[in-house]
Amino acid sequence: MSLDRTTVRNIAELARIEVRDDELDHLAGELSGILTFVEQLAEVNTDGIAPMASVADITLPMRQDVINDGGYAEAVLANAPDAVREDEGGFFTVPKVVE
Amino acid sequence: MTKLTNLTIADALTGLSKGDFSAVELTSAHLDAMAAKRSLNAYITETPELALEQAKESDARRAAGRAGALDGIPLGIKDLFATKDVLTTAASHILDGFKPQYESTVSQKLKDAGSVMLGKLNLDEFAMGSSNTTSYHGNVVNPWKSKSDPAKQLVPGGSSGGSGAAVAARIAMGATGTDTGGSIRQPAAFCGVTGIKPTYGRCSRWGIVAFASSLDQAGPMARTVKDCALMLNVMAGHDPKDSTSAPIAVPDFAAALTGDIRGLKVGIPKEYRPDGLSDEVNKVWEQGIEWLKAAGATPVEITLPHTKYALPTYYIVAPAEASSNLARYDGVRFGLRVKGDSLDDMYKKTRAAGFGAEVRRRIMIGTYVLSAGYYDAYYTKAQKVRRLIAEDFKKAFETVDVILTPTAPSAAFGIGDNTDDPVTMWLNDVFTIPTSLAGLPGLSLPAGLSADGLPMGLQLIGRPFDEETVFKVAGVMESAAGFTATPAGVAGNETNAGSARGGV
Amino acid sequence: MIIQGETCDWEIVIGLEVHAQVISNSKLFSGAPTEFGGAPNNQVSFVDAGFPGMLPVINEKCVEQAVRTGLGLKAKVNLTSVFARKNYFYADLPQGYQISQYDQPIIGEGTLLIDLDDGSTRPIGIERLHLEQDAGKSIHDQHPSKSFIDLNRSGVALMEIVSKPDMRSPEEAGAYLTKLRTILRYLGTCDGNMQEGSMRCDANVSVRPVGSTELRTRCEIKNVNSIRFVQQAIEYEARRHIDVYESGGDIKQETRLFDSVKGETRSMRSKEHAHDYRYFPDPDLLPLVISQELVDGIKATLPELPDEKKARFMSEYGLNSYDAGVMVAEKDSAEFFEIVAKGRDGKTAANWVMGDFFATMNSKPEYTWANPPVSAENLGRMIDLIKDGTISTRLAKDVFIFMVESGKDPATIVEEKGLKQVTDTGAIEAAIDAVFAANPDKVAEVKAGKDKLMGWFVGQVMKATQGKANPGMLNELIAKKFKE
Repeated sequence: MSLDRTTVRNIAELARIEVRDDELDHLAGELSGILTFVEQLAEVNTDGIAPMASVADITLPMRQDVINDGGYAEAVLANAPDAVREDEGGFFTVPKVVE
Repeated sequence: MTKLTNLTIADALTGLSKGDFSAVELTSAHLDAMAAKRSLNAYITETPELALEQAKESDARRAAGRAGALDGIPLGIKDLFATKDVLTTAASHILDGFKPQYESTVSQKLKDAGSVMLGKLNLDEFAMGSSNTTSYHGNVVNPWKSKSDPAKQLVPGGSSGGSGAAVAARIAMGATGTDTGGSIRQPAAFCGVTGIKPTYGRCSRWGIVAFASSLDQAGPMARTVKDCALMLNVMAGHDPKDSTSAPIAVPDFAAALTGDIRGLKVGIPKEYRPDGLSDEVNKVWEQGIEWLKAAGATPVEITLPHTKYALPTYYIVAPAEASSNLARYDGVRFGLRVKGDSLDDMYKKTRAAGFGAEVRRRIMIGTYVLSAGYYDAYYTKAQKVRRLIAEDFKKAFETVDVILTPTAPSAAFGIGDNTDDPVTMWLNDVFTIPTSLAGLPGLSLPAGLSADGLPMGLQLIGRPFDEETVFKVAGVMESAAGFTATPAGVAGNETNAGSARGGV
Repeated sequence: MIIQGETCDWEIVIGLEVHAQVISNSKLFSGAPTEFGGAPNNQVSFVDAGFPGMLPVINEKCVEQAVRTGLGLKAKVNLTSVFARKNYFYADLPQGYQISQYDQPIIGEGTLLIDLDDGSTRPIGIERLHLEQDAGKSIHDQHPSKSFIDLNRSGVALMEIVSKPDMRSPEEAGAYLTKLRTILRYLGTCDGNMQEGSMRCDANVSVRPVGSTELRTRCEIKNVNSIRFVQQAIEYEARRHIDVYESGGDIKQETRLFDSVKGETRSMRSKEHAHDYRYFPDPDLLPLVISQELVDGIKATLPELPDEKKARFMSEYGLNSYDAGVMVAEKDSAEFFEIVAKGRDGKTAANWVMGDFFATMNSKPEYTWANPPVSAENLGRMIDLIKDGTISTRLAKDVFIFMVESGKDPATIVEEKGLKQVTDTGAIEAAIDAVFAANPDKVAEVKAGKDKLMGWFVGQVMKATQGKANPGMLNELIAKKFKE
């Protein structure tokens, strides 16, 4: 699979990574190379094979419905860039969103 | 007396318990060595005050007769493990200034066992790499030097390159690593140390910055098989906070080192002789087979027919998971934020500035293979092949008890080599990735030196949750290999010193 | 509902996606509390905030609640289901993905019977129900250039319940939501409070010419927070589609927002980008496998559901469909009614509950099912007093008011207030005689054939006995007196 500039731009958009126009060709080349490499899987016969999502040979464990976490807004906000401190409300902030 | 930094963990524990030296002395010796070896760039963050404080507490505990399993042992922690109030970066700019308010399960267990944290070890950014050259905090230098070109700086391997280099350079007695496709075993081989990636689910992933969740597994790196066993004894165990953690009891891995491997069948996969395999590595492998034969084990040729598809499978599965796992680095709750005109603009600028080239590349590949219209052709297909690879091993283990392979196709290469094409770089992991995809335990130990004086590793692969057999066989090989060589700057030598029975 | 257009008659095709907040103490994948209205970001664990290295562990209560709801919707329970990540970036989505279920939900197809105003019912298909995490909350009005993020709701368990596109009018959509809410409340799996957001509805709306079976492009109207608004939004949206088609345009598939002030829908700017959610199985979670025993165990604890209860109220208590429907709309009202009606005349009980009792209940906010104006037991005893002739229906109205005021049981009130009806023939006759004696002219008029005045006499005598005369006896005796 050879990716064109538009596709690379769309992938970058989906992944929310800014890519300059002058990087597109180089990236398209690299990503196309990788895709060509992984496409050799096409030659493997996988008829009737179930996809394997995990090697863990156990079923999903469940926890009981007890409250044993949370209650530490200060710690949750401690690393946040540009946060509203806890004594002033206690929020994360982002550039204003218009819905 | 041997320099304190040259002791094994097992010997240091004996020395501490006999009162030959204190934990503070042991820690101080390591802190001094770290300061002298900053040029290796093995640590991203050194925590000397914390280390000395922990060492003091350790001495007090030991005096009170309450010493833990690793009490007073100075360790390095890969900077992928969240450590409370200590900068945790994953070697990425995007975690700029991040001080977790929680401690990973594995590092907590090591703490609870009394060990001392010397600092946070360098790695490839988000553990994505095989040479430790993708770190935002600069590449790590392998303490080993090639005979032919002693001035040339070599890679320590990756992603746990800081861990491998620190253990080899005697600036940590042991270190934690994580392994997604070979990130413990390949740097262990390049740095001439021992490391084990346990069975997937053996160590909790809670608090370890995720790369590819279905593959990531923590493990120890140390200078001997026994030291690795002692560390894994502490690191392993079921954690209800990790849904993929195995509810299986942890045996005493050190007790498995009986030295008796008579009657064991050792699988030798015929597919592990690809074109790029160096003659020297191949020779060490042959040598390894002979050692095991001499100890009473029987080599058996096996076939793992889907081996060649492991790499392409991995490079779909791992980036796909990573593209999702790394979505949380968005500039909102922690780490770097680059201002933007809108929410999306902030995201894009932050993530462009915060992630390095290799990480961006893998996120984009992962995003693509999961996207509408391509999911089945890439992701579903890779998951199916993954099953075939796992079944290859399952079948092989019906007839053999353990599998012996080289760890990497070559010894350490120069910094800056193999960087033209990402795919070439990935070939370093050709022997380790199949094991990761199958979730099996894999251990690398140094088995010999190349003609150029560089360590080469062999890999032992075991059945799921049968690390004991892996350790047992590794112990026998370790004795047979007699690997006593040390890298430059250890034991006062300017270049590599000592020897190994294996190699050229 | 058929909408007449310029070119043809149109019908509306509606499918609803309801997000119902699961009743549980802690969140779907973390131990943080779910309670509504804590200090911002204080009901948040590092898991809910998507911190590096944090991992989800599923809450078994949420799984059980989903199964319970599935059984209540007569739906297929899938013993194996899979959690998948839905990947997208948004300010209040800390992980950068929502853990949801995609192609293998925990609950498959089911049915919900809607009750229409004419007393008829109609089945609406349920497509699926799956478990997923709620997102946090963005607050846009606190700062000129920033939105504030509160993650308290982040990670709370939701059941997304998806209907088939089986509804054809806003009324049916309303009936569906009402019924779904009733069932969830009966089951105790969601409190159904749309104002607080514990039940939210997205409506998928399209139109087509009557007689056509095609499904045209639909628009999704997001998060409408009352049943009335859902109905308004559907009606507006349907008319918008018809206008567009009839003026030769085409409908673009998009997400729209309902503006309840203007009563119209508009395109959502934040959803302009085409989405590619890149669903894939969450590698932090293994397939969810539940046992048939667990399902059977939950089945054994299911309460009687509204449809069954309604049928029983009709057969057992002789209620008509409408009254039975009103009684079962709330589990609490049904339970109340049943205590009142047990061993008594069902119709009388229904009349009292739906009449004086509901009127009083709705008169003051402090009255709730936990604190009703009159207990069901006392209302029942009061009906007994009517039946055995101790009080008349008319007197009962007074007794009811005294019960509301004092909380005392009806027998005590009758005793204390002397409200026992007079059944002593002699006493009633004496009262009649007195009224006759005082009004000879009116007696004469009646006797001359002015029957209408009979009622006046009844009233006078009743007044003279302070309302205590047994009405039946009184009527009989007055009639007898005139014939004398």
